[in-house]
Amino acid sequence: MRPGLAKTLEFADAQLLRRAPLPRSYSNYLGRKLFLFLLTVQGLGAFALITLGVLLKKFRVAPNVMKPLVRREIFRAGMGLLPMFMFVAVALGFLVIGETVSTLARFGAINYIGTVMVVVVVRELGPLLAAFLVLARVGTANVIELGTARATGEVEALETLGIDPVHYLIVPRVIGMAAGVFSLTVYLIIGALVSGYLCAFLQDVPLTPGDYFKQLADSLGWLDFALLALKTVAFGFFIAIVTCYHGLAQPLRLDDVSRVAVRAVTQGIVVCVLIDALFIFLYLVA
Amino acid sequence: MSENPITPVIEMHGAEVCSMRDNGLAVIEDVSWTVAPGEFWVVAGQEQSGKSDLMMMAAGLMTPAKGSYRLFGIETQDFGESELADRLRVGFVFENGQLFNRLTIAENVALPLQYHKDLPLGAAEEKARALLELMGLTPLADITPANVGLSWLKRAALARALILQPELLLLDNPLNGLGAHHAKWWLQFLDQLWRGHEHFGGKPMTIAATAKDLRVWKNDARRFALLRDKKFTLLGSWKDVASGDDTIVMELMEASMETTTFKKE
Repeated sequence: MRPGLAKTLEFADAQLLRRAPLPRSYSNYLGRKLFLFLLTVQGLGAFALITLGVLLKKFRVAPNVMKPLVRREIFRAGMGLLPMFMFVAVALGFLVIGETVSTLARFGAINYIGTVMVVVVVRELGPLLAAFLVLARVGTANVIELGTARATGEVEALETLGIDPVHYLIVPRVIGMAAGVFSLTVYLIIGALVSGYLCAFLQDVPLTPGDYFKQLADSLGWLDFALLALKTVAFGFFIAIVTCYHGLAQPLRLDDVSRVAVRAVTQGIVVCVLIDALFIFLYLVA
Repeated sequence: MSENPITPVIEMHGAEVCSMRDNGLAVIEDVSWTVAPGEFWVVAGQEQSGKSDLMMMAAGLMTPAKGSYRLFGIETQDFGESELADRLRVGFVFENGQLFNRLTIAENVALPLQYHKDLPLGAAEEKARALLELMGLTPLADITPANVGLSWLKRAALARALILQPELLLLDNPLNGLGAHHAKWWLQFLDQLWRGHEHFGGKPMTIAATAKDLRVWKNDARRFALLRDKKFTLLGSWKDVASGDDTIVMELMEASMETTTFKKE
């Protein structure tokens, strides 16, 4: 790791605080939690900025090593999850969209199907569900792999070889997850919308495929496409940052890895929800 | 870099070495150590005496908490991206090898070449396999580290450290846990490197190793130092070591280890 990076990110105080006995008063307990939260935010922010800096500065460094790593991460966080995502897309279509379409048809609100689908599936459910699934499947693996690498000294080994651990270990994961969440969200949305119509069709809802997809197309604006892309890339980027930060940026022993994995997943969910809230605000403002 | 031919390879003055795991904990204080090009140093110490931390600081992985440390004449506080070429003049072998578990032995050895010389995997592996053959590791080339014993792992770690042909080789307790056969191979191979191995252009290599057992390192050409009670003490040549009456040194010389059961050829 470059000089100072380890020191910037290793919050010995945070480790001490986490392992300290519970304080006697409730206000002290809250104060400690708040302090830990601020330290985590500071650490995540610093780690995100460092990663972005390395990504931009070393974009063309060692392409013979980095390209296969990036391809592998894109497969791991994208193509490799496609079968599971297709299953979830079909389930989502049948369980949620099919039900919604048939209910709207029962109340004669069939003209609002496009708007409802765009708001529910394209803007909210699709991206968030994709992010959670990638976090669960790949994010957890990131923490465990990097935590183990850190605990067994592989990170120090990279440094002795003059290889920047952020460049070699983090950058491919960040690119892979950002690309993976974006593309899987697109597949999830398409799969859910198609299977949702199939479900409605099976329930004899009086809606032709042409009308259904015309309503969807009419309800989608350029802002939906732009914000969907931005949101899913942000999800992927921050899931990678949170999981890699917990795996790599703190000194770990092997017995810490499972505990840190749980913390990383929890924080990953919180970060995704916060990003989602930020984008809801953007939709409302725009 | 404008470098004087006699610039020491390692130059520590009053350096305080902290633990790699806990930056606030000083494990060795006031280290003053100078290693000239072409020297072979053995730093002895008992368990938990700070040998690994000293080697990691010597490799530039951390800076001294106090005092100064110059590696190839450059203050390590200033080591950054622009000093990468100087960093690559150092090869480091960890006590347990620390190979990358997802890569095969050949890929592990080829990685520094691929990364720094931007070679395609095939070309880098070709060079790596030549080195693996030299070191008797060809049968293990396509196996991942998890399936290789410690003795061979350490040898593979040495191959990885040597692939970029460093000028300074740092070894953290290289003979620890090795059988007599492997220890004998290491001592002979290190001796060849120190004198200048033809595979590496015949240029003598500067070597610094840590050890728990001094006897196997017996050689008049080597220089010795001792870590004890957070202090770094220069012992001098083997004659000085053998003639001393320091209890810790005596213990280190009497340490029972299977590597001492052979006679160096």
